[in-house]
Amino acid sequence: MQNISINLKQNEMNFSKKNHEHKNNNKKVVSKKVKLTTTIMVMAFVSLTAMSCKDGKKEESKDTMHSEMNHDESMDHDNMSASNDKMDSNAQNSDAKQVLADYMVLKDALVATEKDEAAKAGKKLESTLKGFDVSSYTAEEQKELKDIIADAIEHAEHIGQSEMDHQREHFKTLSKDIIDMVAITGTDNTLYQQFCPMYDKGSAWLSMNEDIKNPYYGSKMLTCGKVQKEIN
Amino acid sequence: MRIVKLIALVLLVAFVGIQFVPTKRNQSEIVPKTDFLLVNNSPKNISTLLQTSCYDCHSNNTNYPWYNKIQPVTWFLEHHITDGKDELNFNEWENYSNRRKNSKLKSIINQIKDDEMPLWSYTLVHQNASLSESEKTLVIDYMEQIKDSLQ
Repeated sequence: MQNISINLKQNEMNFSKKNHEHKNNNKKVVSKKVKLTTTIMVMAFVSLTAMSCKDGKKEESKDTMHSEMNHDESMDHDNMSASNDKMDSNAQNSDAKQVLADYMVLKDALVATEKDEAAKAGKKLESTLKGFDVSSYTAEEQKELKDIIADAIEHAEHIGQSEMDHQREHFKTLSKDIIDMVAITGTDNTLYQQFCPMYDKGSAWLSMNEDIKNPYYGSKMLTCGKVQKEIN
Repeated sequence: MRIVKLIALVLLVAFVGIQFVPTKRNQSEIVPKTDFLLVNNSPKNISTLLQTSCYDCHSNNTNYPWYNKIQPVTWFLEHHITDGKDELNFNEWENYSNRRKNSKLKSIINQIKDDEMPLWSYTLVHQNASLSESEKTLVIDYMEQIKDSLQ
């Protein structure tokens, strides 16, 4: 569109020059102008139609790409589930391990009241959760895990986009999701389930350290809370 | 002057042109059995409030005023509706697990409390969609009640 209007301006300028030079040729200029206007109208209309068509096509190609990707993913899943069966079933799933690692980065950012760091960690956690392969679990566990993951993805996503107080609100529910996830996946490292009775009628979180560092209030009430449970 | 006229003309042509760009309409006659108001058998006053203030973007049926059928307003709206339904679709309520219902209810309560929903850009043109303080309390209490009944 910009190009068109720039061209227009140039054409206009050319015209006004010509106007001065050939005052006698007024008729010719007028007819030229009509032609120009018609051309512009046609061009604008054609380019708009073309644009709208292109948009439609883009969507189509996106869709096909999507289905191809899904296809690839499902193939990967098949391969992985085959290899997982051979693995030691006691070992914590590597995806679950990564989720916990990302969660801890997020928790530490909230303890430090670092909004941007927390947002970054939220986005990282979101992408890890999206890639979580649950195929090594029993059907019932899979159902539960999928539910937990779907919920956790939403909270992680919001943490990636929000202000500190919202991040903490979402972190509360996210923590519940992760605690429930660990109940299914188990953990290689010892985890401490800690609890702050003050934040939103009482809120829990997970930590690798026994010492309390409160992610809901940060430096305002850093050591407020207690260890509720040790998870091995 | 001629430049101004020509630019105005091009803009006019563009405006007419974009009216032909097809968009998805968010309209459906059917209210599914999974709908929030049906499942919870919500009282009339709550139904009316949610339908006027939330359902345009958080259900499968938008009540479009005439000016929302004109581009580029429709594009702007389409984007909002897709996002809104993605976050929460009241029509799909019963398809959410209890865990997710709980999360959604929490977000509903918080967003209404903080005046983040309904969006100010929405209430700007839909004056009747904005919630008064007493209406806010009514909706929040109702959502709390449903949230408690989940556990």
